[in-house]
Amino acid sequence: MVILELIWFQNLITGVYIALCLSLLLAFIRLLKGPTLPDRVVALDLIAYIVICFIATYTIATGKEAFLDAAIVLALIAFLGTTAFARYVQQVGHTKKPDESL
Amino acid sequence: MNEIITSIFLVMGALFTLVAAIGVYRLPDILMKMHASTKAGTLGAGLILVALMITFDDIGVVTRALATIIFLVLTAPIAAHLIGRAAYVSGVKFWKGTIIDEMQDLYVKKANDKKRGGGL
Repeated sequence: MVILELIWFQNLITGVYIALCLSLLLAFIRLLKGPTLPDRVVALDLIAYIVICFIATYTIATGKEAFLDAAIVLALIAFLGTTAFARYVQQVGHTKKPDESL
Repeated sequence: MNEIITSIFLVMGALFTLVAAIGVYRLPDILMKMHASTKAGTLGAGLILVALMITFDDIGVVTRALATIIFLVLTAPIAAHLIGRAAYVSGVKFWKGTIIDEMQDLYVKKANDKKRGGGL
Protein backbone atom coordinates (compact mmCIF):
# COMPACT_ATOMS: atom_id res chain seq x y z
CA MET A 1 0.00 0.00 0.00
CA VAL A 2 1.06 3.57 -0.59
CA ILE A 3 0.65 4.68 3.00
CA LEU A 4 3.29 2.27 4.30
CA GLU A 5 6.02 3.77 2.11
CA LEU A 6 5.83 7.22 3.69
CA ILE A 7 8.83 7.91 5.91
CA TRP A 8 6.96 10.02 8.47
CA PHE A 9 4.30 7.37 8.81
CA GLN A 10 6.96 4.77 9.63
CA ASN A 11 8.37 7.12 12.26
CA LEU A 12 4.88 7.60 13.68
CA ILE A 13 4.39 3.82 13.88
CA THR A 14 7.67 3.64 15.80
CA GLY A 15 6.41 6.30 18.20
CA VAL A 16 3.19 4.37 18.73
CA TYR A 17 5.25 1.25 19.46
CA ILE A 18 7.29 3.15 22.05
CA ALA A 19 4.16 4.47 23.80
CA LEU A 20 2.63 0.98 23.85
CA CYS A 21 5.87 -0.52 25.21
CA LEU A 22 5.86 2.06 28.01
CA SER A 23 2.24 1.22 28.84
CA LEU A 24 3.07 -2.49 28.85
CA LEU A 25 5.97 -1.85 31.23
CA LEU A 26 3.80 0.17 33.64
CA ALA A 27 1.03 -2.44 33.59
CA PHE A 28 3.57 -5.20 34.17
CA ILE A 29 5.07 -3.38 37.15
CA ARG A 30 1.56 -3.12 38.61
CA LEU A 31 1.06 -6.83 37.92
CA LEU A 32 4.21 -7.64 39.87
CA LYS A 33 3.70 -5.16 42.73
CA GLY A 34 -0.09 -5.05 43.01
CA PRO A 35 -0.82 -5.36 46.73
CA THR A 36 -4.07 -7.29 46.32
CA LEU A 37 -5.26 -9.95 43.90
CA PRO A 38 -7.87 -7.70 42.16
CA ASP A 39 -5.11 -5.20 41.36
CA ARG A 40 -3.24 -7.93 39.55
CA VAL A 41 -6.36 -8.99 37.67
CA VAL A 42 -6.97 -5.42 36.50
CA ALA A 43 -3.34 -5.16 35.38
CA LEU A 44 -3.68 -8.44 33.47
CA ASP A 45 -6.83 -7.14 31.78
CA LEU A 46 -5.00 -3.97 30.75
CA ILE A 47 -2.08 -6.03 29.41
CA ALA A 48 -4.52 -7.91 27.15
CA TYR A 49 -5.89 -4.58 25.83
CA ILE A 50 -2.37 -3.29 25.19
CA VAL A 51 -1.45 -6.46 23.29
CA ILE A 52 -4.59 -6.01 21.16
CA CYS A 53 -3.35 -2.48 20.39
CA PHE A 54 0.04 -3.94 19.50
CA ILE A 55 -1.48 -6.45 17.10
CA ALA A 56 -3.62 -3.78 15.42
CA THR A 57 -0.63 -1.46 15.03
CA TYR A 58 1.48 -4.29 13.62
CA THR A 59 -1.29 -5.12 11.17
CA ILE A 60 -1.26 -1.52 9.97
CA ALA A 61 2.54 -1.48 9.77
CA THR A 62 2.90 -4.68 7.76
CA GLY A 63 -0.32 -4.70 5.76
CA LYS A 64 -0.93 -8.36 6.52
CA GLU A 65 -4.54 -8.68 7.57
CA ALA A 66 -4.26 -12.22 9.01
CA PHE A 67 -2.95 -10.89 12.33
CA LEU A 68 -6.32 -9.32 13.08
CA ASP A 69 -7.81 -12.72 13.92
CA ALA A 70 -5.35 -13.01 16.78
CA ALA A 71 -6.70 -9.73 18.19
CA ILE A 72 -10.27 -11.08 18.15
CA VAL A 73 -9.23 -14.27 19.92
CA LEU A 74 -7.21 -12.31 22.46
CA ALA A 75 -10.21 -10.08 23.28
CA LEU A 76 -12.28 -13.21 23.90
CA ILE A 77 -9.61 -14.83 26.08
CA ALA A 78 -9.15 -11.63 28.09
CA PHE A 79 -12.86 -11.43 28.88
CA LEU A 80 -13.07 -15.09 29.86
CA GLY A 81 -9.94 -14.81 32.01
CA THR A 82 -11.20 -11.72 33.84
CA THR A 83 -14.57 -13.35 34.47
CA ALA A 84 -12.94 -16.49 35.84
CA PHE A 85 -10.62 -14.45 38.07
CA ALA A 86 -13.58 -12.42 39.35
CA ARG A 87 -15.36 -15.63 40.35
CA TYR A 88 -12.18 -16.81 42.03
CA VAL A 89 -11.68 -13.55 43.94
CA GLN A 90 -15.30 -13.58 45.07
CA GLN A 91 -15.09 -17.10 46.43
CA VAL A 92 -11.62 -17.14 47.92
CA GLY A 93 -11.25 -13.51 48.84
CA HIS A 94 -8.28 -11.26 48.31
CA THR A 95 -5.07 -12.04 50.10
CA LYS A 96 -1.81 -10.23 50.59
CA LYS A 97 0.23 -13.37 50.07
CA PRO A 98 -1.00 -15.06 46.90
CA ASP A 99 1.59 -17.83 47.27
CA GLU A 100 -0.18 -19.29 50.26
CA SER A 101 -3.65 -19.41 48.74
CA LEU A 102 -2.83 -20.34 45.15
CA MET B 1 -5.68 12.62 3.39
CA ASN B 2 -6.28 9.01 4.38
CA GLU B 3 -2.93 8.67 6.10
CA ILE B 4 -3.43 11.86 8.11
CA ILE B 5 -6.72 10.57 9.58
CA THR B 6 -5.09 7.20 10.26
CA SER B 7 -2.20 8.91 12.04
CA ILE B 8 -4.53 11.00 14.20
CA PHE B 9 -6.46 7.92 15.30
CA LEU B 10 -3.27 5.94 15.92
CA VAL B 11 -1.69 8.63 18.08
CA MET B 12 -4.89 9.20 20.03
CA GLY B 13 -5.24 5.48 20.67
CA ALA B 14 -1.66 5.14 21.82
CA LEU B 15 -1.99 8.15 24.13
CA PHE B 16 -5.22 6.80 25.65
CA THR B 17 -3.55 3.46 26.27
CA LEU B 18 -0.58 5.20 27.88
CA VAL B 19 -2.92 7.22 30.11
CA ALA B 20 -4.65 3.97 31.11
CA ALA B 21 -1.34 2.37 32.02
CA ILE B 22 -0.23 5.42 34.03
CA GLY B 23 -3.58 5.35 35.81
CA VAL B 24 -3.26 1.68 36.68
CA TYR B 25 0.25 2.32 37.93
CA ARG B 26 -0.43 5.45 39.95
CA LEU B 27 -4.00 5.43 41.30
CA PRO B 28 -4.37 4.28 44.89
CA ASP B 29 -7.49 2.15 44.84
CA ILE B 30 -8.81 -0.94 43.04
CA LEU B 31 -11.96 0.84 41.87
CA MET B 32 -9.97 3.77 40.47
CA LYS B 33 -7.54 1.42 38.76
CA MET B 34 -10.46 -0.47 37.25
CA HIS B 35 -11.94 2.81 36.03
CA ALA B 36 -8.69 3.90 34.37
CA SER B 37 -8.00 0.50 32.83
CA THR B 38 -11.44 -0.14 31.39
CA LYS B 39 -12.45 3.24 30.04
CA ALA B 40 -9.12 4.30 28.59
CA GLY B 41 -8.09 0.80 27.57
CA THR B 42 -11.24 0.18 25.58
CA LEU B 43 -11.06 3.60 23.96
CA GLY B 44 -7.38 3.14 23.10
CA ALA B 45 -7.89 -0.26 21.49
CA GLY B 46 -11.04 1.01 19.74
CA LEU B 47 -9.28 4.05 18.26
CA ILE B 48 -6.35 1.98 16.98
CA LEU B 49 -8.81 -0.48 15.41
CA VAL B 50 -10.63 2.47 13.78
CA ALA B 51 -7.26 3.53 12.33
CA LEU B 52 -6.89 0.00 10.99
CA MET B 53 -10.36 0.20 9.45
CA ILE B 54 -9.41 3.42 7.67
CA THR B 55 -6.10 2.00 6.40
CA PHE B 56 -7.56 -1.14 4.80
CA ASP B 57 -10.20 -0.82 2.11
CA ASP B 58 -11.05 -4.52 2.21
CA ILE B 59 -14.58 -5.26 3.45
CA GLY B 60 -13.45 -8.39 5.33
CA VAL B 61 -10.87 -6.51 7.39
CA VAL B 62 -13.27 -3.67 8.15
CA THR B 63 -15.92 -6.14 9.31
CA ARG B 64 -13.49 -8.02 11.55
CA ALA B 65 -12.16 -4.82 13.10
CA LEU B 66 -15.73 -3.60 13.67
CA ALA B 67 -16.60 -6.93 15.29
CA THR B 68 -13.58 -6.61 17.60
CA ILE B 69 -14.59 -3.08 18.59
CA ILE B 70 -18.18 -4.14 19.30
CA PHE B 71 -16.97 -7.12 21.31
CA LEU B 72 -14.61 -4.94 23.37
CA VAL B 73 -17.29 -2.33 24.05
CA LEU B 74 -19.75 -5.05 25.08
CA THR B 75 -17.47 -7.10 27.33
CA ALA B 76 -15.11 -4.59 28.96
CA PRO B 77 -17.78 -2.98 31.24
CA ILE B 78 -19.05 -6.43 32.23
CA ALA B 79 -15.57 -7.61 33.17
CA ALA B 80 -14.88 -4.40 35.09
CA HIS B 81 -18.18 -4.66 36.93
CA LEU B 82 -17.49 -8.27 37.86
CA ILE B 83 -14.01 -7.61 39.17
CA GLY B 84 -15.07 -4.48 41.05
CA ARG B 85 -17.97 -6.32 42.69
CA ALA B 86 -15.74 -9.29 43.55
CA ALA B 87 -13.17 -6.94 45.10
CA TYR B 88 -15.86 -5.18 47.12
CA VAL B 89 -17.43 -8.39 48.35
CA SER B 90 -14.10 -9.92 49.27
CA GLY B 91 -13.38 -6.86 51.42
CA VAL B 92 -10.49 -5.05 49.74
CA LYS B 93 -9.51 -1.95 51.66
CA PHE B 94 -10.37 1.26 49.83
CA TRP B 95 -8.51 4.52 49.66
CA LYS B 96 -8.80 6.66 52.80
CA GLY B 97 -10.35 9.48 50.75
CA THR B 98 -13.34 7.32 49.84
CA ILE B 99 -16.09 8.65 52.11
CA ILE B 100 -19.28 7.42 50.46
CA ASP B 101 -20.01 3.69 50.56
CA GLU B 102 -23.54 3.18 49.31
CA MET B 103 -23.38 -0.61 49.26
CA GLN B 104 -22.42 -0.82 52.94
CA ASP B 105 -25.55 -2.65 54.09
CA LEU B 106 -26.04 -4.79 51.00
CA TYR B 107 -23.13 -7.16 51.38
CA VAL B 108 -21.47 -8.77 54.35
CA LYS B 109 -17.80 -8.17 53.76
CA LYS B 110 -15.82 -11.34 54.10
CA ALA B 111 -12.86 -9.53 55.69
CA ASN B 112 -15.00 -8.69 58.71
CA ASP B 113 -16.14 -12.25 59.10
CA LYS B 114 -14.03 -13.60 61.95
CA LYS B 115 -15.09 -17.17 61.39
CA ARG B 116 -13.41 -17.31 58.02
CA GLY B 117 -9.99 -18.82 58.34
CA GLY B 118 -8.39 -17.06 55.37
CA GLY B 119 -6.82 -18.73 52.36
CA LEU B 120 -8.56 -21.66 50.86
